[in-house]
Amino acid sequence: MGEARDGVKVKRVVFVTVGTTCFDALVKVADSQEVKDELYRRGYTDLLIQMGRGSYLPIKSTGDDGSLAVDYFTFSSSIADYLRSASLVISHAGSGSIFETLQLGKPLIVVVNEDLMDNHQSELAEELAERKHLYCARPLTLHQTIAGMDLNSLVPYSPGDATPVAKLINRFLGFPEES
Amino acid sequence: MEKNTSCFFSNSSPNLVITCFVAFITIILVRFLYVIYRTGKPLNKRTPQQTLSTLIVLGSGGHTAEMINLLLVLQKDRFTPRFYIAAATDNMSLQKARMFENSLADSGVKGISAEFMQIYRSREVGQSYVTSVWTTLVATAHALWLMIKIRPQVVLCNGPGTCIPLCVIAFIFKVVGIRWSSIFYVESIARVKRLSLSGLLLYKLQIADQFFVQWPQLQRKYPRAHYVGCLM
Repeated sequence: MGEARDGVKVKRVVFVTVGTTCFDALVKVADSQEVKDELYRRGYTDLLIQMGRGSYLPIKSTGDDGSLAVDYFTFSSSIADYLRSASLVISHAGSGSIFETLQLGKPLIVVVNEDLMDNHQSELAEELAERKHLYCARPLTLHQTIAGMDLNSLVPYSPGDATPVAKLINRFLGFPEES
Repeated sequence: MEKNTSCFFSNSSPNLVITCFVAFITIILVRFLYVIYRTGKPLNKRTPQQTLSTLIVLGSGGHTAEMINLLLVLQKDRFTPRFYIAAATDNMSLQKARMFENSLADSGVKGISAEFMQIYRSREVGQSYVTSVWTTLVATAHALWLMIKIRPQVVLCNGPGTCIPLCVIAFIFKVVGIRWSSIFYVESIARVKRLSLSGLLLYKLQIADQFFVQWPQLQRKYPRAHYVGCLM
């Protein structure tokens, strides 16, 4: 299970994030035995859950008994460091979380919150999943997605570019073109 | 004699009032049609300006991050002074904007002029549309107050509900001649197949001078929009 030469186990962290929202369904299912077993089976060692405004509290575990180590926290001013040290990210469908993760080149499973009223978020997740930049799942299908995912098949996301907009704005306002 | 004079006045003043009223309405209407006609047409190049005061509308969720991304590629010496407005209940956005302006100062950009303001929200996420009518009116009054102070020449917004009162007032300022502005709207990257409510309003009412979308599906559906690809 990924042991380095000096016998120290290599940490493979799964980072779950719900951003600034309340998404108990994701936190619950990430903490479920089914999902944890599946993650362990796929070679992950740690599960870290950023649970946001939710009320469901995961069960912490050190993972000494041959299972996933589990920890959680509510908020952080910046999750960039957590994303950077993760081997897999499972995120709510907020565009900020999605693009921050994709820009760091991390494998991503986006879980759509079906309890949201006007679920436009799923449009973005589905579109990016179609373009093979990430996997898209519902809380109830998360464990299947984890079981069947092939992270090597994901296409890296090239960062976007705001200069076309800037050009059009400048042209409209009559500013000279930059060379 | 006095009786005659009073008869003269009481006969003609209703006519005078009506005439003035009709003239006023006509002027406003003509002005309104002129603004509609000029919306979307590039500014007259014969009078290029060095700097344009810019209003930047921030929003919770991904809106501020997307806006900062756009500001990174705009020339700061052209779009100045900059006024950032965020909803009163949005704690993070102004903080992010301040950090952005500080990073400009740190990287040696000179002559930075930025102000940060909060505005009452038209509608909280999940708020019923019925109560939203009143809160929108309050927000509009507050927006009017802020806009009179700022009178921006450029308005940049990308979706939060807070931008609607501000854009409508900017439009009204154009009609009554208080300030001519160019209104740019970039629909959020999260909108792939359907426009947000703010986007829909600004598109249909033709208030935005230029309307940008980040996905081709939206450009097909809304042909007056400019497809600019993903900004993030």
